[in-house]
Amino acid sequence: MYESNGEKYFVVDGHMHYWNAAPDNWVPGAENYAEGWIKCFHAYQGLGPPETHWSLEHFEKYSEEDLMKDVFEDGYVDVAIFQPTYLKEWYKEGFNTTERNALMGEKHPGKFVYNTRWDPRDGDVGIEALKRNVDRFGSKGAKLYTAEWNAGSRGYKLTDPASYRFLEVAQNLGIKNVHVHKGPTIWPLDKDAFDVADVDHAATDFPELNFIVEHVGLPRIEDFCFMATQEPNVYAGLAVVIGGLMHARPQFFAKVMGELLFWVGEDKMLFGSDYAIWEPKWQVEGFVAWEMPDRDEFADYPRLGTAGKKKIMGLNAARLYDIKVPDEFQLPAEAGTPVAGA
Amino acid sequence: MRESLTSVGPERLLAALETVRDPELDEPITSLGFVASCAVSADGDAQVSLRLPTYFCAPNFAYLMVADAYDAVSAVPGVRSTLVVLEDHFASDAINGGVAAQAGFARTFDGEAVGELHDLRADFLRKAVMAGTDQVCRPLLAAGTDPAALLAMTLGEVPPSRPLARLRERRVELGLPAEDDAPLLIDPVTGLQISAGAVPLHLRKAQVTRVSIEANAGICRGMLRYRYVTSGQGETPEEDQ
Repeated sequence: MYESNGEKYFVVDGHMHYWNAAPDNWVPGAENYAEGWIKCFHAYQGLGPPETHWSLEHFEKYSEEDLMKDVFEDGYVDVAIFQPTYLKEWYKEGFNTTERNALMGEKHPGKFVYNTRWDPRDGDVGIEALKRNVDRFGSKGAKLYTAEWNAGSRGYKLTDPASYRFLEVAQNLGIKNVHVHKGPTIWPLDKDAFDVADVDHAATDFPELNFIVEHVGLPRIEDFCFMATQEPNVYAGLAVVIGGLMHARPQFFAKVMGELLFWVGEDKMLFGSDYAIWEPKWQVEGFVAWEMPDRDEFADYPRLGTAGKKKIMGLNAARLYDIKVPDEFQLPAEAGTPVAGA
Repeated sequence: MRESLTSVGPERLLAALETVRDPELDEPITSLGFVASCAVSADGDAQVSLRLPTYFCAPNFAYLMVADAYDAVSAVPGVRSTLVVLEDHFASDAINGGVAAQAGFARTFDGEAVGELHDLRADFLRKAVMAGTDQVCRPLLAAGTDPAALLAMTLGEVPPSRPLARLRERRVELGLPAEDDAPLLIDPVTGLQISAGAVPLHLRKAQVTRVSIEANAGICRGMLRYRYVTSGQGETPEEDQ
């Protein structure tokens, strides 16, 4: 819970991690990739305020106590949604798996939502694993990293036939929310790996699923925006937008927010800290305090008021995930209800 | 005497590298800070090292920059041999070897790619045309030109500026009309003039495309700064902030 100027904000961190990227978890022969990945993440942290930077050693492997303090005690978060990323070709036990997240989370009832994942290239084995995870952890959402390397393949699209099979199974299992995270590789490599056209097709063909595009499609915000205006079940995940731009590039942050508010709207934007890349504390404080600059070049962007900030900070995600929000955090009736989850 | 007349100065190499752009960010690799070093021996053997903001930058764009740098440097009069090396990237070995062997992208990433990168490059040139449209139109709108009047304008009627010159260059590269009598507002795929009803949406798309590219460039510059303490050859400071 965050309180500012007498307003109370229910905070759902829609995108965070509990990873182990220390050398003890690197796959022999893939050390360069494991190290390159975590150093890349660490450089992203460099875009946040200097006083929030961690040493690489701490960043590679932080403790359960660190997470609880950074996210809940200091970071104002009420409920956090784990988004697993496996990367088992590089990390022996995975980068952060559904199991690792849930084993930690079950010691803190009510604090976490356990999303799972799948990889369409895993076939029947993957289908069984998905069923087990949904059964065991009650997952209502899944995170898909389309640039994951798997047995010589450098990625996949949501429109691959195998992807549709998984989407059908997931929907039948009760998965409602699919978080799509694009990365730099895909098959074939000569296509733009960040293209979100496949999300567009999948969103049309699976109207009962919600598709949350993480990082708002960065570095393809424009493609994401055109698509999101046309698909009622496509949402913007703000991880990286707030963490990567609000401090480091405040003008670009304002413009990107302006574009998102114009094309996507405040009912379909979800806060995510991307912890442990960035701590939630400064992001929550900064976002609630943020105002669109009062200058000509920002004049044609919509404004974001307190009600909109409450939606983005937590109410939109709470609706998508059926998270109970106490009355004191709800919007007054005239502010309209946040987005209706499908 | 003869030696000094024919030898190539490093500034000539840098000038050649300034013509190479990051296709995603539509900026020269020099000003972005991607040129770690460039040197040429008295005999004309040129060596260039490139660096990128992350270990995992997309390999297709990385390949284009290395290949374009190779072509640009090789074309400098007096250069006898060219070596371009991409440093600190997960696909460094494949890209460096593929470019040196002039193998093309599909053969360099055998089995992982089905074609060359012409379509990818064209897609991003179209984005550059859209972003450039915003750069040219925004000052006109701010000065009181209304959108309907923009539709009636030709390139020749727009006051000369660097963004206009750049927009023309990108349109030429795509084979789109770029002469004085060409309409200012065109569809970057068909080259046809935008219809009157489509102007507001066209301008909005141009704007978000520019914001997207500039925000990405901001993130890339921030990541590069965090990764490398030294400035690149020909790097220019950020304009924003």
